[in-house]
Amino acid sequence: MSTTMTTTKRNDSQYKNDLRSHAGNGKSFHPTFQPRFDIWEGDDELILYGDLPGVKSEDLNVQFENRQLTIHGKVERHQDGGETWFCEYGVGDFQRSFTIGEAINSEAISAELHDGVLTLHLPQTDRVKPRRIEVKAK
Amino acid sequence: MLATRWEPWNELTRLNREMDRMFGRGGNRRSSLAGVGSFPALNMWEDEANLYAEAELPGFAIDDLEIYVVDNQLTIKGERRPPELEGGVWQRQERGYGNFSRVIELPIEIRAEGVSAELKNGVLHVTLPKTEAVKPRRIEVKVT
Repeated sequence: MSTTMTTTKRNDSQYKNDLRSHAGNGKSFHPTFQPRFDIWEGDDELILYGDLPGVKSEDLNVQFENRQLTIHGKVERHQDGGETWFCEYGVGDFQRSFTIGEAINSEAISAELHDGVLTLHLPQTDRVKPRRIEVKAK
Repeated sequence: MLATRWEPWNELTRLNREMDRMFGRGGNRRSSLAGVGSFPALNMWEDEANLYAEAELPGFAIDDLEIYVVDNQLTIKGERRPPELEGGVWQRQERGYGNFSRVIELPIEIRAEGVSAELKNGVLHVTLPKTEAVKPRRIEVKVT
């Protein structure tokens, strides 16, 4: 059984646009980043693990529609005032989309967010599980 | 002879890499945390009383981390373990696992006993109080 899971390209260009706009104006910049994901495929479900540091569960939005899984997490900037010494990473929202090539029982999708890690369980519907086709002998 | 030719494309690549590093979202960052001295990426700032360090450490519990200050060196150590799953296959693995250790030299004196750390939603926030000696002091000007 094979899974086709592709990342939607739109996010990449979005990211580049963000970088570009940052070059122009500094202050009001609130970028969107692509979070890192691990995807595991078991016998009857897909499990996705995503790093979403700084996202609270109430600020996380997961949608599944037409095989399109979209994850968006809002992140609030922590630093309030003070003088920056150095900034090695950018703070911004997280957004990512996946196209799921398999039939998923969307009713049964479950999501958990612990310590900034999202765990998504996508149970596959029965009909995509490998089925043995009986060959009748004449 | 050591000749350095100016190569505009190299310059661009370097700039690109700088940008990736700056934003901490480099596409070709190593997938393993082990041995990467610059993990985690840190943001640091200060106000009059404290120094602050912040790092993204999703999937870590405070017990998985060791944070200490010795002689103005801040050390952050930790380990993240991969989930244990039976059978199945990994379709995609972008997140890193393993040990990391990062040491930061602090150019000003801090009160090591007053250092506090908080881990919330996978973001580590360390507060490092400055010693009285380095705090900016307001000098009163007497009107005569």
